[in-house]
Amino acid sequence: MRGAAPHQKSPTRRSRFGRQNRTLWFWVFVGPFVLGLTLFTYVPLAWSAYLSFFDAHNTVSPTEFVGFDNYTAMLRDDAFTDSLLTFLVFTAFIVPATYVLSLSLALMVNRLRWAQAFFRSVFFLPVACSYVVAALIWKMSIFNGVRFGLANTVLGWFGADQIAWLSTTDPPWYWLVIVTVRLWLQAGFYMVLFLAGLQRIPPRLYEAAAVDGARPGWQVFRHITFPQLRATSVAVVLLLVINAFQAFDEFYNLLSDSRGYPPYARPPLVYLYYTALGQGQNLGLGSAGAVILALIIAVVTVAQARWFGLGRKED
Amino acid sequence: MSISRRRLLGTFGAGAGLTLTGGLTAACGSNTGRGSDGEGGRPLLAHWYHQYGEPGTEQAVKRYADAYRKADVQVQWRPGNYDQQTAAALLTASGPDVFEVNGPTLDQIRGRQVVDLTDLLSEAKDDFNPAVLAPKTHEGRIWAVPQVVDMQLLYYRKSMLEKAGVEPPRTLDALVDAAKELTTGDVKGLFLGNDGGPGVLGGTPLHAAGLELITTDGEVGFDDPAAARTLGKLHRLFADKSLLLGAPSDWSDPAAFTQGLTAMQWSGLWALPQVKKALGDDFGVLPFPEDGAHGGPAVPVGAYGAAVSARSGHREAAKEYVKWLWVERTEYQEDFALTYGFHIPARISLARRAAKLRAGAAGEAVGYATDHGHAEPLLWTPASKTAYQDALSRIIKSGASPERELRSVVRRTRAELRRVQKKR
Repeated sequence: MRGAAPHQKSPTRRSRFGRQNRTLWFWVFVGPFVLGLTLFTYVPLAWSAYLSFFDAHNTVSPTEFVGFDNYTAMLRDDAFTDSLLTFLVFTAFIVPATYVLSLSLALMVNRLRWAQAFFRSVFFLPVACSYVVAALIWKMSIFNGVRFGLANTVLGWFGADQIAWLSTTDPPWYWLVIVTVRLWLQAGFYMVLFLAGLQRIPPRLYEAAAVDGARPGWQVFRHITFPQLRATSVAVVLLLVINAFQAFDEFYNLLSDSRGYPPYARPPLVYLYYTALGQGQNLGLGSAGAVILALIIAVVTVAQARWFGLGRKED
Repeated sequence: MSISRRRLLGTFGAGAGLTLTGGLTAACGSNTGRGSDGEGGRPLLAHWYHQYGEPGTEQAVKRYADAYRKADVQVQWRPGNYDQQTAAALLTASGPDVFEVNGPTLDQIRGRQVVDLTDLLSEAKDDFNPAVLAPKTHEGRIWAVPQVVDMQLLYYRKSMLEKAGVEPPRTLDALVDAAKELTTGDVKGLFLGNDGGPGVLGGTPLHAAGLELITTDGEVGFDDPAAARTLGKLHRLFADKSLLLGAPSDWSDPAAFTQGLTAMQWSGLWALPQVKKALGDDFGVLPFPEDGAHGGPAVPVGAYGAAVSARSGHREAAKEYVKWLWVERTEYQEDFALTYGFHIPARISLARRAAKLRAGAAGEAVGYATDHGHAEPLLWTPASKTAYQDALSRIIKSGASPERELRSVVRRTRAELRRVQKKR
């Protein structure tokens, strides 16, 4: 720190100056982000809560106070409760599926003696792809409903009929499309988290287990690897659930068309988007739905953190 | 070098911070084309259009705008979700002065977001197609000037029907049977959009059954057993696997039809030049076929209209400009409707004159629009529409009971009608 040398002559002045500087720099660094956060997150949040108590058709400065009418209307709306159910089903699919897939990938990549970096990159690469682009590829080339779609071409080799993947409700093939696109996009990211977790497990544990006669494979995984990954697992599950709550991109891009959205596989955010921001422009009702959704997310996250003991000191 | 890392970062940080805040303020005050005057003290008007697919349209509307002398008109060509963009822009003072709109919706009118344009049409009103002027009219006042009429209809491939020994279907039952007959391993009988029809068909099957969405006296027009019977037949199309689903491009694009993925397709009049180019004379057009004793053939018609934003700083100038472009300058209206895409002019006198709309399939189509055209009523609000579309999807695809589904739509529509007919 040769640059600080000239100030050393007067230590009192320097410390006073330094403290001032610290406040200044604090605001210089934090200020723009606080400003952005307030302007683009907190103000809209508060405004949305305000709107939810008004009849706000096509206006953000409503005058007609309606109390809790929007909330009761939303909770009585079958389409909204259905969308919550859709979300539950989706979470029940995607969270365990991504968890198992990314953990298996991590275990396999971790065992590689050569080309580990290569495979790590290959599996991580889809994370860099946008949801919109991936959804369009899934919709238009892999799972389109006509004979030259990739999935239907493969089915054709076995003499099976072509399937309209996104339009068939019985059986609900659209779930296959929705779940696979998200799996492909996010498994690599969680794989990297698990890899980091795996590399933190001290090798002496495995050595000790081997000395004690533990069979490599399932027994070692069950009693050493899996318990040692607890912190990583908790973080992964939490992130997965929150991500599932935010599901919008792939649903919207896979299933919407210029005339709207089908009544199935419609998660809450997509439904609210159509209520508030589509042609509906019922901003009061949409805000009420958003507030309900935010409350649910808050409760679930807190409960989950409690349940898993997030932030609790590890032994 | 006596610059420490901390100091360097500090300087950089301050710089970045300032640039960032500077950038933010600049973004907030960006030019919206509003509130200022244009060249020579003329008012500056922002005029929004949605993106038309046909080449030349953008240049044409810019040419019209440049020809206007009393104001400096800036055309904004807006790709993407146009309805959402205008809806959001109308909430603020930075939106357009003049904009084209597939509406305006009843709530935009009730919310006083658009300006009353009744006096612009004082003389020419009778020359506008009444079917498309009606949805722009609320309580006797007109809220947008119709630009061009668009319609949808059924395209069929003559050679495929002949080969299968099928007559062009004139009733809904015949359509269901024909679609089944025409379906082979590689070709489907009918394409009603990738969602199986609920989006694009809307109220058309009800019109074909002799019913209405909303009656002229503002009541639900499909609380009738005939509605359930007709919609139930659409499920057979799906159950027979006669419908093309999951095509790479949707119903608005004739690609599925011209590529031979389907023998019949529901699409817009705008697709006619493309179909003609690809198939020559090997195609015909039909309205949606009638159903039941009181039914009749039906086609949906609609029109983009030019509206003036109530938040415009130059409302009078904007109205004058709309009158100039969409009422007085008939040669521009004709050019806009017929030179680039394929639309029917909203002015009856222009539509009659157009040679392009007289011969062959185009002539038939225009006849359908005139005789069997139904526009979506203004009282058919987005909330009712969503409820109906959801119900139709469940009827068609999941085989839900039409009676039960329609009961809940009727209930929802009645609630909406009560809401919008309530005096403010």
